[in-house]
Amino acid sequence: MDFTPIFENYQLYLEGFWTTAKLVSWALAIGFVMSVPLAIMRTSKNPLINGPVWAFTYFFRGTPLLVQMFLMYYGLGQQQFMIELSQTYEFLQDAYWYALAAFTLNTAAYTTEIIRGAIEGTPYGEVEAARACGMSRSLTYRRVILPSAFRRALPAYSNEVIFMLHGSAIASVITIVDLLGAARIVASRYYNPFEAFIAVGFFYFCITFALIGGFKWLENRWFAHLRPREQTATKRVRQPA
Amino acid sequence: MEGYGELIRYMPSLLEGAVVTVTVAFVSLAIALVLGLIAATMKLSKSRIGRGAATTYTTVIRGVPDLVLMLLIFFGGQIQINNIGAYFEWDYIDVDAFTAGTLTIGFIFGAYMGETFRGAIMAVPVGLLEAGHAYGMTKGQVFLRILVPQMMRHALPGLGNNWLVLMKTTALVSIIGLHDVVLRAGQAGGSTREPFIFYLFVAVAFLAFTTVSIWFLNWLNRRYSAGVRRA
Repeated sequence: MDFTPIFENYQLYLEGFWTTAKLVSWALAIGFVMSVPLAIMRTSKNPLINGPVWAFTYFFRGTPLLVQMFLMYYGLGQQQFMIELSQTYEFLQDAYWYALAAFTLNTAAYTTEIIRGAIEGTPYGEVEAARACGMSRSLTYRRVILPSAFRRALPAYSNEVIFMLHGSAIASVITIVDLLGAARIVASRYYNPFEAFIAVGFFYFCITFALIGGFKWLENRWFAHLRPREQTATKRVRQPA
Repeated sequence: MEGYGELIRYMPSLLEGAVVTVTVAFVSLAIALVLGLIAATMKLSKSRIGRGAATTYTTVIRGVPDLVLMLLIFFGGQIQINNIGAYFEWDYIDVDAFTAGTLTIGFIFGAYMGETFRGAIMAVPVGLLEAGHAYGMTKGQVFLRILVPQMMRHALPGLGNNWLVLMKTTALVSIIGLHDVVLRAGQAGGSTREPFIFYLFVAVAFLAFTTVSIWFLNWLNRRYSAGVRRA
């Protein structure tokens, strides 16, 4: 095994890393912003509000991310109106935006269901207490339901972040030079797929565990006061004994 | 829309691709279940080496994207196997896309299945296993006749989730050139200049697989918890 070509091309890997990081963080950020209102709509009892969101999440959670990306890039990108649009806006010819669109919608769908679960798991006493204090519906959401729901959603959401990071590797299929794209270039240039992919696998591994560590820290530090109530309740019961 | 006419014209090829996709999914599932059971027993075993190996396995899988592993096994594995083969003077070994794809997916989901099975095995009361041993059953008999049927009920929800994810992961085999439904739709979409309709068909096909799987899993869940009282 000879890893020198990888060290010689570290700049290519570094560029790939930045593309991956940009792609994943933008997709996650936009997806998260989309998912909060969608999750609130999804908890509605009115089928006209709940139904479309259900259909959206069912489609995006039930089909492979790869197919969604192809639908965007090949399918949507070759529609007449998109071709005309990309003549005026040249940046639309870049595969990056189609991958970003697919990733964003995908993560929005998963995050919506995660947050919906967390909202529905809110202890009802908290909502009643907010009502008793005279809070309006929107104020109850902002101050009571959402903060505790976010805390409860955090473990599942950290899985979603990892899933998105790993899922983003398919961007290399539509010509984007992300981290895996860099490895594929090195692999075909030096005919050393084994070393190139092992190295990139190691990079992904490090990023994954840095993220997992970050989320653990976040859970312990930032959201300590919002730790799920069930836990503290049992602790309190058990302590005297 | 003339695209739909094209879709019907290509339907036999697409359906063949769908059969390939389903085959890949089931073969990978079989590999994953075997690896998962092995990993779970290793994780719960007293041997420190066994536990260490199983933990390394699940950690590596959780840290590396599935596509990277697949490319590593398909392209890298080919070279490595033939390097070893040259040393032992074997004939040239061809790692085809089907083998590489199913092995990778089975290997990845074996790790997730292992976690599911570990939790499920821990939920089975030890007394049941001890009773089996007291009746003079061998270790294998206790495993197959008592542990597996009892833990399946606890494992089913996790197993079902893993299956749904596994099925979607099979789409990746199109990248290493296996003629599954995704690759065929891409080729047909390219030659007819109607990629949107063909990929939409693939999406609907996957939704159908998912929906049928969910029905089946619900039915299975009801059967396995037949003896359990529900509130």
